[in-house]
Amino acid sequence: MTIELIAGAIKAILMILAGLSLSLFLLYFERKGSALIQDRIGSNRVTVTGLGKRMGMPNLGIINTTIADPIKMFTKEDFIPAGADKFLHTLAPFLALFPVMITFVVIPFGDTIAISGHHIDLEAANLNAGALYLLATIGLGVYGIALAGWSSNNRWALLGGIRATAQMISYELAMGLAIVSVIMTFGTLNLQEIVRAQGGVWFGFLPRWAIFTQPLAFILLLVAGAAETKRIPFDLPESDSELIQGYFTEYSGGKQAVFMLTDFAEQALVAMLLTTFFLGGWQIPWLLRDGFHLPGGAFLALPALAVSLMGVVAFLVKVVALCMFLGMVRWTLPRFRYDQLMRLGWKGLVPLGLFNVLVTAFVVVATGRVQ
Amino acid sequence: MPPFLYIFLGALAIVSALGVIVQRNPIHSLLALIATLMTVAILFIGEDAVVVGFLQIIVYAGAIMVLFLFVIWLLNLQVETGPTGHLALKLFGSLAAALLATELFFILAPSHLQVKFTHEPVGYGSLASLAGKLFTDYLVAFEVTSVLLLAAVVGSVALARRLPGTDDPRAARKTAS
Amino acid sequence: MIPLTYMMSLSAIIFTIGVAGVIIRRNILVMFMSIELMLNAVNLAFIAIGSRLGSMDGQVIVFFVMTVAAAEAAVGLGIIISIFRNRETVHADDLTLMRW
Repeated sequence: MTIELIAGAIKAILMILAGLSLSLFLLYFERKGSALIQDRIGSNRVTVTGLGKRMGMPNLGIINTTIADPIKMFTKEDFIPAGADKFLHTLAPFLALFPVMITFVVIPFGDTIAISGHHIDLEAANLNAGALYLLATIGLGVYGIALAGWSSNNRWALLGGIRATAQMISYELAMGLAIVSVIMTFGTLNLQEIVRAQGGVWFGFLPRWAIFTQPLAFILLLVAGAAETKRIPFDLPESDSELIQGYFTEYSGGKQAVFMLTDFAEQALVAMLLTTFFLGGWQIPWLLRDGFHLPGGAFLALPALAVSLMGVVAFLVKVVALCMFLGMVRWTLPRFRYDQLMRLGWKGLVPLGLFNVLVTAFVVVATGRVQ
Repeated sequence: MPPFLYIFLGALAIVSALGVIVQRNPIHSLLALIATLMTVAILFIGEDAVVVGFLQIIVYAGAIMVLFLFVIWLLNLQVETGPTGHLALKLFGSLAAALLATELFFILAPSHLQVKFTHEPVGYGSLASLAGKLFTDYLVAFEVTSVLLLAAVVGSVALARRLPGTDDPRAARKTAS
Repeated sequence: MIPLTYMMSLSAIIFTIGVAGVIIRRNILVMFMSIELMLNAVNLAFIAIGSRLGSMDGQVIVFFVMTVAAAEAAVGLGIIISIFRNRETVHADDLTLMRW
């Protein structure tokens, strides 16, 4: 009992740390990756000792983006605008960060690990209603943004806050419908079971990932997830060219850092959701618990611990790949207008989601089994 | 759940509920109500009603409260300054509430309530058993609820929309002056 | 399991706080929030008794109560918006048109 408690606590801390470090990596990728996509150089001046420059190595801007910028943000003056509601203004960033952080604990990042006879499931909280927990915490993310916009006593912040709230609650529906389709395909709400059911192969070579049985739901979750996290092309709430900075205009210093952290952590969360539901989570194709079962008939035996660790690495690779894909979409597409956004959400994604649920229901009942 | 957690959650629920009716800023009341709803949802999950508890968070705290928030924004309600009602109202209101609480305690006192704890069947509170009940015993109520929601949507849109040019006193004042 | 008296007394206290809110506060929105408090107190009582009887009926009833509360909140807020558009106030003491 106690070893499970300790293991659970360690896993929860690990997942939150993983979320934070992914956010840091995404911050770097935003600066440097966007620079490369836009055919410019990005930050390359900050050095600590100057040793790399003297040796002729190119400056990748890592120190500036990941160390100097956060230090600068956290040491800036933190002021509350006159006429603003002090309590709400201070509460809003943390109210925005909290649901994102607590969602990381239900994402499975590996198969079981056996430590001294105990089998430890590599998921911090193995809830039987894990998918419902996901929907609940994603729904709670609205409040931080809404209160940030309202409590700033600033008309641009209020406009950004209203747009962000309306956008988030509209696309929550599309996300929910996509997730419901996947739940119906697998017949369980438990996320670890959904990932486990995506092992094995069809026709001898195709891995049983849900992206092959639910392609429409994958696209729905991708678009709705991008809209939930207010990434371009859906970033009207914080449109830099129109609303200064939208709902966090009046925030400076540490609180702005918390908002940016929320932004990147949500992006990492959407990538984790996509890998868990559609790309097989920690499953590597053709890798079962005892080793590789390759389609030609070859079999490569591996120890169980190596298989589990390879699963964790595979999960990270998939998440990082999806995050980079979302980042590349950001730097390529222009922004949607507000009415186009709402039209896409309500007249496009929701009917598609409902149609997908209907078709999935028919197929599940007709074939009489779940995946 | 261990008993101390129940007591902590109960105290938190009572404090948040008091916060709802005491605060002068309507948004602070709303935040206190959200805290109460989350606490009650955790109590639901503690009583093995897992799906209903999460539904409470998704539907109540995640959607209905956002609706309240939007209406508070739309009406631009500020902090209530000045006296809020007569002192006599507050006095008699509190007295009536205390009397109601006493009466409820008498009704729900332990010697009257004899609900023995029977064991919970396997899968109690899971989505499968909830859906099983909904689609067999309560099917008519389920279908009627969908019509009810449609009526609510149509009704709220009809009530809240602005008829062009007719009954908007502020617009009338602006065009007049 | 925790004794039923505890859950029922918690439900009674929250219900009473909701009643006190409806009587004492004169802001229509806060009165509406107190009504939601009352509904939640009743939901808690249903769930507590349902889980002790081992019957799923309590949870189904709570499901329906939540749905009805959502519908009622939507229509009630529409009414409040209409009142505000016509009277420019949300103070219940100012709505005296139908008083004798």
